[in-house]
Amino acid sequence: MTSLPGPTPKKLGLVIDLDICVGCHACVVSCKEWNTGGYGAALSDQDPYGAAPSGSWNNRVHSFEIEPDPAASRRQGGAYGDARIVHFPKSCLHCEDAPCVPVCPTGASYKRAEDGIVLVNEDICIGCGLCAWACPYGAREMDAAEGVMKKCTLCVDRIYNENIPEVDRVPACVRSCPTNARHFGDLADPDSEVSRMVAERGGIDLMPEQETKPVNKYLPPRPRRDRDDTSMLNLAALADPVPTGFLGWLDNALERLG
Amino acid sequence: MNKPALNLSPPVSDRIEKTTCYMCACRCGIDVHIRDGKLRYIEGNRDHPVNRGVLCAKGSAGIMQHLSPSRLRKPLLRVGERGKGAFREIEWEEAMALAVSWLKPVRESDPRKLAFFTGRDQSQALTSWFAQQYGTPNFAAHGGFCSVNMAAGGISTIGGAFWEFGAPDWERTRLFMLFGVAEDHDSNPLKIGISKLKARGAKVIGVNPVRTGYNAIADEWVGITPGTDGLFILALVHELLRTGRVDLDYLLRYSNAGWLLIDAPGTAEHGLIARDREGKPLVGLRGSGIIVSHDRAGRKATLKGAYRLPDGRRAVPVFERLVETYLDPKYAPEAVAEETGVPATTIRRIAAELARVAFEEEIVLERPWTDMKGERHPRMIGRPVSFHAMRGISAHSNGFQTCRALHLLQVLLGSVDCPGGFRFEPPYPKPMAAHPRPHGDARPGQPLAGPPLGFPLGPEDLLLEADGVTPQRIDKAYSWEAPLAAHGLMHMVISNAAAGDPYPVDVLFLYMANMSWNSSMNSRGVMEMLEAKREDGEYVIPKIIYSDAYASEMVAYADLVLPDTTYLERHDCISLLDRPISEPDAIADSIRWPVFEPDRDVRGFQSVLLDLGARLGLPGFVDENGAPAYRDYADYITRHERRPGVGPLAGFRGADGTKSGRGEPNPDQIRRYIENGGFWMAHVPEEAQFFKHANRAYQDWAVEMGVTDAPTPVTFELYSEPLRRFQLAAEGHGERQPPDHLRASIRAAFTPLPCWYPPFEGESLAEVGGKEAFPFHAITQRPMAMYHSWGSQNAWLRQIHGTNPLYVPAPVCDELGLEDGDWIWVISHHGRIKVQMARMAAVNSRTLWTWNAIGKRKGAWNLAPDAPEATRGFLLNHLIHELLPPKGDGLRWANSDPVTGQAAWYDLRVRIEKAEAGDEAEPRFPPQERPAGLPEPPREIRYGQEWSE
Repeated sequence: MTSLPGPTPKKLGLVIDLDICVGCHACVVSCKEWNTGGYGAALSDQDPYGAAPSGSWNNRVHSFEIEPDPAASRRQGGAYGDARIVHFPKSCLHCEDAPCVPVCPTGASYKRAEDGIVLVNEDICIGCGLCAWACPYGAREMDAAEGVMKKCTLCVDRIYNENIPEVDRVPACVRSCPTNARHFGDLADPDSEVSRMVAERGGIDLMPEQETKPVNKYLPPRPRRDRDDTSMLNLAALADPVPTGFLGWLDNALERLG
Repeated sequence: MNKPALNLSPPVSDRIEKTTCYMCACRCGIDVHIRDGKLRYIEGNRDHPVNRGVLCAKGSAGIMQHLSPSRLRKPLLRVGERGKGAFREIEWEEAMALAVSWLKPVRESDPRKLAFFTGRDQSQALTSWFAQQYGTPNFAAHGGFCSVNMAAGGISTIGGAFWEFGAPDWERTRLFMLFGVAEDHDSNPLKIGISKLKARGAKVIGVNPVRTGYNAIADEWVGITPGTDGLFILALVHELLRTGRVDLDYLLRYSNAGWLLIDAPGTAEHGLIARDREGKPLVGLRGSGIIVSHDRAGRKATLKGAYRLPDGRRAVPVFERLVETYLDPKYAPEAVAEETGVPATTIRRIAAELARVAFEEEIVLERPWTDMKGERHPRMIGRPVSFHAMRGISAHSNGFQTCRALHLLQVLLGSVDCPGGFRFEPPYPKPMAAHPRPHGDARPGQPLAGPPLGFPLGPEDLLLEADGVTPQRIDKAYSWEAPLAAHGLMHMVISNAAAGDPYPVDVLFLYMANMSWNSSMNSRGVMEMLEAKREDGEYVIPKIIYSDAYASEMVAYADLVLPDTTYLERHDCISLLDRPISEPDAIADSIRWPVFEPDRDVRGFQSVLLDLGARLGLPGFVDENGAPAYRDYADYITRHERRPGVGPLAGFRGADGTKSGRGEPNPDQIRRYIENGGFWMAHVPEEAQFFKHANRAYQDWAVEMGVTDAPTPVTFELYSEPLRRFQLAAEGHGERQPPDHLRASIRAAFTPLPCWYPPFEGESLAEVGGKEAFPFHAITQRPMAMYHSWGSQNAWLRQIHGTNPLYVPAPVCDELGLEDGDWIWVISHHGRIKVQMARMAAVNSRTLWTWNAIGKRKGAWNLAPDAPEATRGFLLNHLIHELLPPKGDGLRWANSDPVTGQAAWYDLRVRIEKAEAGDEAEPRFPPQERPAGLPEPPREIRYGQEWSE
């Protein structure tokens, strides 16, 4: 049984921008390649070239479809509607009230008092899986080879690592993200870049009703400027040169060129 | 307490080596971290011009590619029947001697009988030179399958192309339209760029039948019906013309809008450009109507009316013809809405948005510059709308003209290479006429007179036998069937060789081209052609040499396998002579170098090719004493000169490495690249950064850099005279005449102004029930985390994309009562496949789609025969034929663009039927054997466990 440390002076976490995530899985694989040779046991893969390949991953991207208005297509008269694909990267959210910590029977699952990172001490993890059951986000995966629970460490072995350049002391997923959709910082500091981003863009908690107080935040898609902009139509009408025809317009236009 | 002491600064790597990724075609810079002599991890190179530090899923999975159990280990000689995969290992000396014994007699008797085709080759400057020196015109890479419509459409219109040869001005563009873009060329630059646009509120419009990837985050999605992009674009052109929203000043300065066209119907010059005695195009002067050469008129040329040429013939400006053409009501939004699936109101609004952003949100850079006519401009005016396009446009039978239509739209808006618009990347722009012509005329024992590939400017440049009709090339590139086939027709090589049409071949030599599977249309048919035997028991294609790094499907069909290295074990140059990595503001090239030595008996293919060339005694491959001219590929990269002072790499030239672009070879050049992070880059001077097609400072700088030997400014050819020359031939003019059965299609497809016609497959189904019998389109999309067939051997990537359902539009599911996981038959005019489906709403309602190249043949890539890729994964290729359905005329009509020969695999039409539930996709093929010497793959991977703390 482990207790949570209470409010931490720093709340390190990720801010993930759903407006720009294209679902490319760069973060998923860079996480795997850094962490399989990093903190704790390797992230193993079973039957890697066989019928049912599987493995442990600390970060995954889920893609799903939403269809706000199934009738829109027919109404509009075109061959497509306004359904869309949402790409949703998900890893441990390093919750302030992390339910995975108190359920751990050995104390292996813990939250760091100094920065709020939730970790598993693999030396005393017995692989019972209670923490994964407790996590409402499905953010923990048992490593089938080592029999210990694996999860996002926020690359704790990168972010303070004096053996790598300062600019690279960010989680591997943030370092690799091609669309700049992932940001790392201290969400306890209201002046940090990530906190400002959350304030400006209306960052949200994942499943707040679970009362886990996740540190990671998601930035919702920006309002999209698509078909509602009808001012354009009027503009086209105004420019319509029908009275004199296009060649009449051309004469005037060429005259203006001098 | 439970909290353990953590080492927060564990050792990471002993050394970092910087080279170039090859997990797809983007060529990003990578930092390879090595610990205890072993690959620790790979990350993006922050200094690299392509990816600026980021890296995609494929790039990060490089560890698993480098260590794949599918890596070939030693040369292999076939011991069973073709297709079975039974080999014995042989030594390199035996392999090379065998290859020479096959290739030498062919060269001495009839060098055409070698067909040498490469796949996703990044060394075409070398491979093409090998073909040229060997003397066979039968060379190309896989561009005919992939990109040639984009390349030929772009180069013939604006002197440059999309793909990775240009880019939107990400810093300034305010409206960006993306047409049918795949994820395997320039994908990290695109992601970086789109992210920037979204951050500063620029609007992104995605035009694609499927709303995944970039389209998922676009502000607006246009779910267009496949093959109708050209019609949609020409409706936008119609609207811009109708409303007078075009940039006349830009058109007069940079395009041929004012050039006069000879109007003499029925004559051999009708529709050609009127020229003076020196061959300069003529224009009429506004007001006076006096006719002068275009360079004397400047922007005083007229754009409308009719004029008398000095010889008395009538002439009209290009723009007059253009306006007539596109104001036709057939291009009105209402007229195209049904065909394209895009509502008329949407077309009209997008046209108005393009015009508003281009003309009312004009950008002004206070940056003086001088044009090629010597006029000094105090500032640069930008039209901040930009476009990008790729295979979604390219892989249709109307793709060439669609691509030209898109460039026409850009030029009308004045947004090519201006601030905020689409920007060229050096060595582009370069006009079509400045590219070489193709060379055929094979002679025994002799090299070709020039490179096999190039751009014809008229019928006289076609590669035809003396009868003026018979193709010289095995793939019929540069024949009347595919006159502008600038990348060859790889998809026709095996089919034509098997049919002996126009002639059989003796040796088929392929490099990293998976022709017996996902890189062919009609994969089963191609497998049968490779297995086919003559009456005397010899294979119809007698000898097949294949080089690949991995146990791909094609390996099973080779007689001799030359094992290549992985990308971390080899030298390469990403050369300005081939497909460079330049950015709009910088010219750049790069290298790969052996970060690891191979632990297998394998050799880099390019070194093997140089060795083969030397053993065959090819000119340039041997010195004056007949000894090999180059030790290996690294030595060639360093010392080879294509023109004096110009070699494969442009950086660190000169004896002391201080020269850029031009300079004598530097023996230390590769070391300098390695020290510089694996690449070299020189910035385009500020004054030269825009209007490169007409910018004196740019043109001078390009000459200085060795890009060209003399300035090559470009006039945008809205009206293409070379196309008109082919059309005139089809109308009966000129000495070289197309065969009668091709006249109509050449007249229709070679319109000198961009046109649209319906994709061929849909129009050629009359004998098999018509379009109604095949009501749906079926296409593929490229997953961001997988690069064609390579990715499935990768233990990590195959966990992301291990199978590929066929996505079926929601309304179709409702109509047919289909639910996720149901099995369906998908039926084309050519074949049927049984696959599992999934419902999807974010897709054009007439379009089915699946992920590209996930399906594998059983046993290939050293995967278990029951791997999901082999049991439930599938290819649409089985439904696509390299020929159109027979028309009853006994002729073989290629399923290709009639201008360029581009394979039209996005034209596929299908119907679907619910099928019995099953556990395996169909068709099924017997497994291929694991090649000799390859290990049983591990049952578990614990990569990096030894570094676990």
